[in-house]
Amino acid sequence: MTKEEAGNGRDDMEIDGSEQANAVPDGFDANYLRIYYGKLFPHADLFKWMSYGNDGKHPACDKSYFGRREFSFTLENDIYIRFQSFNSVIELENSIKEKSPFKIDIGPVYSVDPAKRHAYAQSGDNVFTPVERELVFDIDITDYDDVRYCCTGADVCLECWPLMTIAIKVIDTALRDDFGFNHILWVYSGRRGVHCWVCDGKARRLTNEQRAAIADYFRVYKGNENSHKKISLPGPVLHPFLARSYTEVLKGFFEAKLLPNQSLLSSEERYEKILEMIPDASVASELRGRWQENKRASMSKDDINLVRWDQLKSVLQSGKQKTQGIRRCVEEIVFSFTYPRLDMEVSKHMNHLLKAPFCVHPKTGRVCVPIDPNNCDEFDPTTVPTLSQLVEELNREGLRQDAENEWDGTSLGESVKFFRTTFLQPLLKSCKEDIESSYNAKLQQSKNTDTLSW
Amino acid sequence: MEVVQSHRKPSSNNVAVSTLPLYRSAPLLEVRLEDFELFAMDRLRVLKGISDGLGRGKKPEEMEKLVADLWKANMRHPQANEEANKDIISHFVLRLVYCRTEELRKWFLSMETTLFRYRFRFESSEAQRALMSEFKLPCKAVSNAEFESVKDKLGQVARSMGQTLAAADAIFYKVPFEEVPELVAGRRVFIYKGHAYVAMNQVVSLVVTQFRSYLSKALILTNRKWTSTVREHEKDRLAPIVEALCTSYLGPDYSQPNEAGEISVKDIDHFAKTSFPLCMRHLFEKVREDHHLKHGGRMQLGLFLKGVGLKLDDALAFWKAEFAPKVSAERFDKEYAYNIRHNYGREGKRTDYTPYSCQKIISSTPGVGDHHGCPYRHFSEENLKAALVRMGVSSRAVEDVMDKVRNRHYQLACTLTFEAVHGSSCDAGINHPNQYFIDSQKILQSKNGSVA
Repeated sequence: MTKEEAGNGRDDMEIDGSEQANAVPDGFDANYLRIYYGKLFPHADLFKWMSYGNDGKHPACDKSYFGRREFSFTLENDIYIRFQSFNSVIELENSIKEKSPFKIDIGPVYSVDPAKRHAYAQSGDNVFTPVERELVFDIDITDYDDVRYCCTGADVCLECWPLMTIAIKVIDTALRDDFGFNHILWVYSGRRGVHCWVCDGKARRLTNEQRAAIADYFRVYKGNENSHKKISLPGPVLHPFLARSYTEVLKGFFEAKLLPNQSLLSSEERYEKILEMIPDASVASELRGRWQENKRASMSKDDINLVRWDQLKSVLQSGKQKTQGIRRCVEEIVFSFTYPRLDMEVSKHMNHLLKAPFCVHPKTGRVCVPIDPNNCDEFDPTTVPTLSQLVEELNREGLRQDAENEWDGTSLGESVKFFRTTFLQPLLKSCKEDIESSYNAKLQQSKNTDTLSW
Repeated sequence: MEVVQSHRKPSSNNVAVSTLPLYRSAPLLEVRLEDFELFAMDRLRVLKGISDGLGRGKKPEEMEKLVADLWKANMRHPQANEEANKDIISHFVLRLVYCRTEELRKWFLSMETTLFRYRFRFESSEAQRALMSEFKLPCKAVSNAEFESVKDKLGQVARSMGQTLAAADAIFYKVPFEEVPELVAGRRVFIYKGHAYVAMNQVVSLVVTQFRSYLSKALILTNRKWTSTVREHEKDRLAPIVEALCTSYLGPDYSQPNEAGEISVKDIDHFAKTSFPLCMRHLFEKVREDHHLKHGGRMQLGLFLKGVGLKLDDALAFWKAEFAPKVSAERFDKEYAYNIRHNYGREGKRTDYTPYSCQKIISSTPGVGDHHGCPYRHFSEENLKAALVRMGVSSRAVEDVMDKVRNRHYQLACTLTFEAVHGSSCDAGINHPNQYFIDSQKILQSKNGSVA
């Protein structure tokens, strides 16, 4: 139904594939990866980010901070090495270039250097423990397989990708407005989803319990194959967060895009899924009856899905319906199709490892580039730069004088610039301010005690 | 150790200071060694009662009542001063008992936090506010101006929970959302720019989180101190008591049968069919069948019968008669009578042995030829089902019982059996075979208006 509507990106991918002499899966190649790490991967930016201002320039900097961060590498042949740590940007860069990992994961900052963790385990008091970690979220479109008909599994197209866009809008707004976080990075996961990194100091210091609380605040969907109705919105009124998400994002998207594009009410098989969610059997039969009567042709020029949705709404929300549950059903249906489905486990534990931005996805060859939450409608996963594309661009550019910024002449340039200006720089500025102010506060305190003591 | 100083601060403004202790520091009190153990056991009864209530999924209103009843039954003292001391002492003793492993700490933390939560709810709102200030919570009362600006949203949150925003004097507190994870998780508060607006009636959550976090850290410190210094020091005095406390059974021990509960030998037959739990029914049937019972079985059944009200002479007569086909009178007197008298405290060190609790019976390990232990644990599915049917349990109830058995909830299985046989519910659950007997008799007597 929708493959022919897919954007140019798909065609590009196929062209790329045919240009490779060897059988390279979708533009991913270990040799290209080496080149990527050699010239394009932003090692220094990653280091600056992970240092959170502790670069040694200020007397209050914690010089051990970066060295206590865990990285893990997945090498070729699925060899997986954990608890990698580095004491400087050079060490980080050299290790990545040397090992050329297929995937780099970032873990927490521990109480001591992960490389020395065994030495500390002896004292038996849990001295080796995570102390800081970004608040992270992982949204994967395969979790939406029961509500998209255009693709399944790892496939993504421009019809179903907007589900991710919606998720970004809902979560991003809540993180900023409700929780007061400011330093938020959204990243394309390379194939079928998005990751979110919340980097405020307050977020990094959250306990597991607090992370679980935030994840639960976001949780609405509780389904599995055995339940018919996986969203339940009890109460006469929605919590302000849910109400805002509904009116500002979900309702509009569902009615204007998802409903017609996925033809959610056009066939019996599809509309049954929605009718199943209505707790009142007689209401469901009434609608079923009407729809079975005019199966194919719609009376008006309007899309049959929209017509039927209007009918459903007027039946469910009519004054005749006395029970709260029936009236609320409309919202529940919209939520069950569109509301973000987060992977709870990723967010709840400080020690959960998450893929680093700017990695290359081995199955698609696409780079995990940042996504601008303010422009996420424009983001197109099918046009994200691929490894082979970038290498080709490098070759065309020839040698640049400025070896530092090779990415600038390639499609990756935009992403790196965006990362720096909208995320990294404001973050570092804020970190410096925090370091300074807590340093000054300590100085003030010791001055006070000095004066008291004599 | 010094004599206790009053923990009450002199109150200015005549505001009642809360009596709810926060257990911040170990008390400077002199405690008698007996009280050390007894106070702890009383408190442990409360905690186990709470554990039981939570395990049964009791709702908050039910838990409130349960906690109040448990406290009243176990922790009261005519003098308020003494009551406060008992509260504090028992808490600290139990810290020693429950600090030793991660699992014990988790259980203790959970029960003490629940206890604190419901006790806090009982306090007056002034007392609650006083407690809150003791916690030094980073929260501020919302000013009127601010309240007006967020009133709509606060109302929305209240209505989403099926409540209404309280009248004009609604007090809200603004706290960093990190302080109230439970409320955030349940979307029971309005959050804006990192601050949660907490209603007065939700303040409990705030306070409980603090209490819990403090106690959690304190337990780890206690464990460190106990293992490194105190235990060695106290190995003859406190250590044995502490070791014994966490495994003790705490129900009535049925060692003194009530006067009305005397039974005679001829009654046993009848009672076995109507009021014995399965474990004792089985043992009794086997005695009848085999005219013999091995030691474990004699102990379990014999002490049970003692608890039920069988006097020593009757007991001797009973066992002698049952064993008669296999054991001559003289042999009986030589080999078995002594043990029975021993059970009744007439021989040796004269300990009056107490009938076994479910906990003890379940943990015993019957070997070949044994018939004691808990049948829900040791019988095969087939045999257990057959036994239940013989007791008169309907096939649907049998399925429910088997479900409990498969999940290793043996006492719950016995409780369901009780309920099925008697046609009425047993809220307290079965913890002791003699309790089963007494409860059974109660129901049957009330039905017949006479000795059942």
